[in-house]
Amino acid sequence: MNGIFIMPEFDVIRSDARCTVCRVCERQCANGVHAFLEEKGLMVSDETKCVNCQRCVSFCPTHALKIVENPNRLRENANWDRDTIREIYKQANSGGVLLSSMGNPKPLPVYWDKILINASQVTNPPIDPLREPMETRVFLGKKPEKVSRGADGALITTLPPQIELSMPVLFSAMSYGSISYNAHAALAEAAARLGILYNTGEGGLHEDFYPYGSNTIVQVASGRFGVHEKYLETGAAIEIKMGQGAKPGIGGHLPGPKIVGDVSRTRMIPEGTDAISPAPHHDIYSIEDLRQLVYSLKEATRYKKPVIVKVAAVHNIAAIASGVARSGADIIAIDGFRGGTGAAPTRIRDNVGIPIELALAAVDQRLRDEGIRGNVSLIVGGSVRSAADVVKALALGADACYVATAALLALGCHLCRTCQSGKCNWGIATQEPALVKRLNPAQGSERLVNLMNAWRHEIMELMGGMGINSVEALRGNRLMLRGVGLTQKELEILGISHAGE
Amino acid sequence: MKQIDAKELDFRTLNERLRQATDDIEILNCCGQRFIGAGLSDRKILIRGTPGNALGAYLNGASLTVGGNVQDAVGDTMNAGKITVHGNIGDAAGYAMRGGTILVKGNAGYRAGIHMKAYQDKVPQMVIGGRAGSFLGEYQAGGVIVVLGLGEKQSRIVGNFPCTGMHGGKMFLRAACEDIAFPQQVTARRATDEDLREIQNILLEFCAVFSYDIAAILDAPFTVITPDTSNPYRQMYVVN
Repeated sequence: MNGIFIMPEFDVIRSDARCTVCRVCERQCANGVHAFLEEKGLMVSDETKCVNCQRCVSFCPTHALKIVENPNRLRENANWDRDTIREIYKQANSGGVLLSSMGNPKPLPVYWDKILINASQVTNPPIDPLREPMETRVFLGKKPEKVSRGADGALITTLPPQIELSMPVLFSAMSYGSISYNAHAALAEAAARLGILYNTGEGGLHEDFYPYGSNTIVQVASGRFGVHEKYLETGAAIEIKMGQGAKPGIGGHLPGPKIVGDVSRTRMIPEGTDAISPAPHHDIYSIEDLRQLVYSLKEATRYKKPVIVKVAAVHNIAAIASGVARSGADIIAIDGFRGGTGAAPTRIRDNVGIPIELALAAVDQRLRDEGIRGNVSLIVGGSVRSAADVVKALALGADACYVATAALLALGCHLCRTCQSGKCNWGIATQEPALVKRLNPAQGSERLVNLMNAWRHEIMELMGGMGINSVEALRGNRLMLRGVGLTQKELEILGISHAGE
Repeated sequence: MKQIDAKELDFRTLNERLRQATDDIEILNCCGQRFIGAGLSDRKILIRGTPGNALGAYLNGASLTVGGNVQDAVGDTMNAGKITVHGNIGDAAGYAMRGGTILVKGNAGYRAGIHMKAYQDKVPQMVIGGRAGSFLGEYQAGGVIVVLGLGEKQSRIVGNFPCTGMHGGKMFLRAACEDIAFPQQVTARRATDEDLREIQNILLEFCAVFSYDIAAILDAPFTVITPDTSNPYRQMYVVN
């Protein structure tokens, strides 16, 4: 035997009593799990190929299918758990670096779930958002330090460039290449309808989406793919990607086989060649160098657009953010260690970076202490899962949240975490035309709009409950938060009291 | 040609004036102003003095000529156009440039041509008349980099670690390069006449601009370096 047999993670349970041999499952599975056995007139499955994406389960007209965890188990061992052993087998068989997708799935603390939100009782009436006006609009960008007046005494009202959002949420960066044309189409259309922004990621902007420019953040990463004058000119804001929460400190590469057709055209590189984004920007080794890139982008776009600098949440994030806030950047985006990815080395994704909740609290506090909080707006991402997470993030000091995994779920993602295969059965993380067309952009954008409208209502209800009628009054209002089951140190970093205090 | 005296102008003011101008421009007394010509798509700009970092960043068709030296990051993410430098250039020249031409009479610093690309009919070209620093053509993904080493007494006309991560494009070094260690994923070989024909036009242009004799330049061995694969990391991963 050359390789060690790796037992399948899942078991495909098919009820033969219900199965009508319609072969839908076979047609729906790009991984080739299901097959028709002619001689017996039966459907059979090859579980070794199953990624538990639930496509066949969702499409089986007689509900004959279930995907369950494989009951076949190695001997129980609290130290050497199943995944650890499987990973060793895979590496021993291949010599490869383990590659995973989507956010860190490990049972590490989720601080959002240990923070509770206040509500008004008796002394300060709550507000009913169905009756009272509530402001969820936010403006991202540098805010002036003071009110200034001209020689004639009139207020000077020229502001640095701002982006306006109808609610404090944006769709975060996902490149065309890592996700499909139809996924981008759905995000762009939903952002336009919602009055928010989506983000091209580092793969350039497809020509069809230029009309959505005023709802688009264009990204500039170390590979500079698809970055040219018209691209910069088209976006409502420009984001410099320094890091990503799922893989801080490393670059990325989209393998050659995915650089085909439109993806190649949009990235502006030849078909079939690897799209390599080096880990660092090789012209940025300091805050001064970052300032140079920020200003070169501002010069190229005539100071009309805010520049966002996106960094991963890492140990010294407060000091880093303080530097970035002095680099001329208008907005800092911080991506926590649970942020998603189309592909990242498993060890990096699961072990590098820090939780966004702690990073956000530390950064907001540091910028306030240094009197430069108004220099920048803060966007945070890295597993913001619900309206409650958004409200908690705002109260911890964020101006807005980046949301990607939740948006993909709205598009039909079932979090099977195998984006890196390029065979997404839901038409999201794939470039195969037959799979891409499974995602209908019109229906996808409709579901995104539904999700965000629901979140907006929930944000208003949560704010109203606190007696707060605008996002502006919630931002950095940590008195509205209490911790449960947190240590003194954790409470100190989060800048909140324990429940009961 | 209109003149702008850059003396004591900050970069923002200078660049705003450049954008507003409709004629070709000569900048006098340039002293370290950054981002000159950023994103410009037409006009010729002649610069007297020393421009600062990121000269011609995102350049989109304009033509910039510098009488003396330039600093770092010239032609960052350049899309089209031409940058001609009669002196030396600093580090990271032509970072991710996708099109256009950079001609340098003198030497280049570290990381010249890093992540240079190519796209459809766009094939960026960079010719360095003197020598280039370390990490020349790092991550090169397309385009053509030529280093001539003119007037160099030493045989090594590039620094250490050229072509690290190279996965596209071509590099021509006017030297036998026997003492240069190239990474494993590239092939370095003596350039044939056919290879040299590929860079003939750009060399003729270089000679015309800087008054060199093409015959003298070609009267030396050239080494051509190409990557073995455009997918250098294909075998590196296992799906988890």
